[in-house]
Amino acid sequence: MQTDWLYIGLFLVVAVIFAGAPLIIAGLLSPRKPNPIKSSTYECGIETVGETWVQFKAQYYIFALTFLIFDVEIVFLFPWAVAFDQLTLFGVLSGVLFVFILFAELLAAWRKGVLEWV
Amino acid sequence: MSFLNDPIGIIGNWLTNLMTGWGLAPGFAQVITMTIGAFVLAMSGLMLVVFTIVMERKLYGRIQDRFGPNRIGPWGLLQTIPDMIKIFTKEYITPAGADKVPYNLAPILSVGGALMVWAVLPFASNIFGTDINVGVLYIVAVGAIGALGIILAGWASNNKYALVGAIRAVSQVVSFEVPMVLALLVPVILARAMGVNSIVDAQSESVWYFLLSPVAALIFFISSQAEVGRAPFDLLEAESEIVSGFQVEYSGLKFGWFFVGEFLHAFTISALMATLFFGGWSGPWVKAFPLLGVFYLLIKSFAVYLIVILMRIALPRLRIDQMLNFNWKFLVPLGLVTVMMTAVIEKAMPLLNVSDTWAPFLRVGAHLLVNLIIIWVVAVILRKTFARREPPVVGQPRPVAVPPPAPAPVESPAAEMP
Repeated sequence: MQTDWLYIGLFLVVAVIFAGAPLIIAGLLSPRKPNPIKSSTYECGIETVGETWVQFKAQYYIFALTFLIFDVEIVFLFPWAVAFDQLTLFGVLSGVLFVFILFAELLAAWRKGVLEWV
Repeated sequence: MSFLNDPIGIIGNWLTNLMTGWGLAPGFAQVITMTIGAFVLAMSGLMLVVFTIVMERKLYGRIQDRFGPNRIGPWGLLQTIPDMIKIFTKEYITPAGADKVPYNLAPILSVGGALMVWAVLPFASNIFGTDINVGVLYIVAVGAIGALGIILAGWASNNKYALVGAIRAVSQVVSFEVPMVLALLVPVILARAMGVNSIVDAQSESVWYFLLSPVAALIFFISSQAEVGRAPFDLLEAESEIVSGFQVEYSGLKFGWFFVGEFLHAFTISALMATLFFGGWSGPWVKAFPLLGVFYLLIKSFAVYLIVILMRIALPRLRIDQMLNFNWKFLVPLGLVTVMMTAVIEKAMPLLNVSDTWAPFLRVGAHLLVNLIIIWVVAVILRKTFARREPPVVGQPRPVAVPPPAPAPVESPAAEMP
């Protein structure tokens, strides 16, 4: 058990090395001659206007929020699925009821117009 | 013969014993062996990308009536290597005003996130990185790191097109994770285990889960495509709308790294699809020769990957509202219904008291029947929904610009005057 998670930790380090080391090597091999025009913001040749990090349409944020609600609640279902054989019929049906509540949430969000792209 | 049955275990033991013989503590020797294993696994993952890129470019070329790369190596198989050498010597351009730390972190996350999934992927019954008992949950968690890389890249670039790409990733890539997690719940219910190797084991004892739940397999396939962000779901790097989306400001290997991450993730998703729904390493004679499992898994993954490539070539890009509607109003309800039906059938089966010989057949039949009913109901609902549209008029004369009728002659007001 601990060895498994130790392996995951080692693999994390190895993955970061494999992803990061070529970038560093390429940085050493490649030329480095920046000038103000080269490193200016590229927006199809037109000079950029104003601040980049502007306020954005709230719709994107609402979708992210809906995602958060659903993802967190669905993750609760994984232990239920693993313990399926140990559960009684009542246990399984209460899990199904939980999915029904999720469905009702989806319908409520749908009725409220959260899912419409405007 | 015993070496062929368990090569990784034998090499691992030999290495550990060798290092213990040199006087290292056993625990330390084991850690070093595991690190070497992780290196080999990550290396093979990145090496495979070299060939998947060639495969994709060849197919792309053939479908567009070109040859594709055909100069370097047999059939152009080594084309990626000179490309790689070239991209290594290209300059990095850091845009003025970029947020340096997330800007440099994003490509690393993009590749590292896809690579992390390989730690739990079973290639044969005894060839895998590790077999943690929450494998599926780990895959969901790690698979989302790639999306984080995209968001960071777009945000840190100090470019408005990149920002639009990143904000699209927030709503798109992230939304499609909900049906993906729902579809992953189905094999977990069927196998009663979250470990990936246990799921493959359960499949080798019964049937492929694609036969038990084709709807879940399709949901997983589509939503994982969207999560990788490939065409037809490549809104975040739509070339014709927002230049190149989140990667406008990247150059050199940092730019190439996003492509490596995308290809690696796409192949990883195909391998996961093959593992969770098409039986993974299971196949004939795999009990006697476990090494055959690697061969079976690769064949299945490449078959799925072929469909992934064909989808990318054949389908046009969706609009963002179509895509979000497709996700939230189609895939998510479908996934919820599939999970509910699977759970009810799995629990109702033992209550029927069928004899042991017929129980597996009844299980497969019931699941398949319910899935077909779901598909049929969905088809009926879709037809009713889209039948409201006016059919296009065919055979009518085309509208032509007709000259407007000549205005009636207006009597001059001067004539009426007395």
